[in-house]
Amino acid sequence: MRTAFVALGLAGLATIAAAQSDPLEAAAEARESHMHLYQTNLGVLGGMARGNMDYDAEAAQAAADNLASLSDLDERFYWVEGSSSEEIDDTRALPAIWENMDDFMAKSDALHEAAVAMAEVAGDGVEAVQAQMGALGGACGSCHETYRAADD
Amino acid sequence: MRALLALVLAGLLGVAAFWWISAPRPASAALYEGLDGDPARGERIFWAAGCAGCHTAPEAEPGDSPVLAGGQRFDTPFGTFVAPNISTDETHGIGAWSDLGLANAIQRGIGRDGAHLYPAFPYASYIRARPAEIVDLVAFLRTLPADATPSEANEVGFPFNIRRGLGLWKRLYLDPDPVVGGLTGAAEDGRHLVEALGHCGECHTPRTALGGPDLSRWMAGGPNPAGEGRIPGLTPGQLGWSEGDIAAFLQSGLTPDFDSVGGEMAEVIANTARLPDEDRAAIAAYLVALPDVETAVTAGE
Repeated sequence: MRTAFVALGLAGLATIAAAQSDPLEAAAEARESHMHLYQTNLGVLGGMARGNMDYDAEAAQAAADNLASLSDLDERFYWVEGSSSEEIDDTRALPAIWENMDDFMAKSDALHEAAVAMAEVAGDGVEAVQAQMGALGGACGSCHETYRAADD
Repeated sequence: MRALLALVLAGLLGVAAFWWISAPRPASAALYEGLDGDPARGERIFWAAGCAGCHTAPEAEPGDSPVLAGGQRFDTPFGTFVAPNISTDETHGIGAWSDLGLANAIQRGIGRDGAHLYPAFPYASYIRARPAEIVDLVAFLRTLPADATPSEANEVGFPFNIRRGLGLWKRLYLDPDPVVGGLTGAAEDGRHLVEALGHCGECHTPRTALGGPDLSRWMAGGPNPAGEGRIPGLTPGQLGWSEGDIAAFLQSGLTPDFDSVGGEMAEVIANTARLPDEDRAAIAAYLVALPDVETAVTAGE
C-alpha cells in the first residue's frame, strides 16, 4: 500500500515537473507577459491620445507610472542565453539580442527614459499625452525593428 | 544564303529596335527651370519620401541630419541591391552632381553616367512627385553631412545585369499618372504622399513576374519578396483600422491593439513620425478611401 502511494506521489511530481516546462521556454513566456503589461498600459494612454476614450488625468498618470516602473525592472531572468528564436519555439526574440547585448540594453534604457518623460506630463492633459506618444512608441519600435522576428 | 541574310537582317533590326525602345529618356530640363529649391520645404519632402530609411548606413539611427552613407542591402528575386552613398561627399556621394542630374535619377531612374538605375530605387513612385518638390528635396540633401564611404556594387546576375533591359521595364511601369482616381480633399493630398513620395506601394502592392507593381491588386499586400513574413494589405477590407488609428500608428508605430511595429516598417515610422500631423491624417484619409481588391489570389500563397 505504502509503495503504491509513493509511486503515485512520484508520478504526481513528474507531472508537475513537466508542467513547469523547459526553463528557456519559461523565460520566453515571462518576456511575453512583460510585453503584455506594456501593451495594457500603452492602451490606456494611446486610447486617450487617439480619442477612443475620454481623457482622465488620474488614469493617464497611473498608466504612465506603470510604464516607468515596468521599464525599470531588472530583466536578467527573461533574456536567458539559449532562448532565441533559433533555439526554442514560440519566441520572436532574434539571436541578434545576445550578439549585441550592450545595444539592446541601451535601447531598453531609452524606453525607460521615454516612459519617465511620459510620466512627467501624463497628468497635464490629452495634448501632452499625444505629444509624447511618438517618442514612447518610437522607443518600442527601435528595439523591435532590429531584435524581433516578423510575426509569421 | 538569302534566308541566312534575312535572318541576320531581322536580327539586326531587332537589336536596333531594342536599342531604341530601351534608351534612357531623361526629363526635359524645362520641367525644373526657374524653380528655386528651398531646403526648409525640402526637409518635409525628405521625410515623406523616406530617403533615410534606405540610404543611412545599416543600423544607423537617422537623427535630425542623417548621414546618407549607404550600404544597406536589399535581397530581391532579381539579385541583391546595395543602397549607394547619397551624402554630399564630392567623390563618393552626390556632392558633385547637378540639380538636373539628381532630378533625373530620382524621377526617371537615370544615373550620372546616363545608364538606367535599378527600380529598387523607387523612381517609379517618385516620378509622380511635383518638380518643385524634387528641387526642394535636392536643396535639402545638399545641407546634409558628407561621408566618404564608397558605394558598394549590386550583386545582380544575368540577364538582369544588362541595364539596358530596364528600358523595357520602364516602358511598362514608369507612369506619372495617379493610381487611384476620383479623390478630393485630404484623400487627394494623401494620395500624393502615398503614391508619389511615400512610395508605400513599392512594398504593399504585390509585384508581377516582371517586377512591376500589379496595379490590379493595388495595396493588397502579399508574401514578403525580400524574406520572411507577409506584407500586410492596406485596403479597408484587409486593414480595417480607423483613420485616427492609422494616423496615430504613423506617429508612434503602435497598432490599434497597442502592439508595436517591428522590421522594416519601424524604419518607415521613424520617417513618418517626423511629418506634420496633417500629412499623417491625409495618408489615413487616402488609405480608408482605397478600393477593395480581390485578394483570393494572394490568400492561398
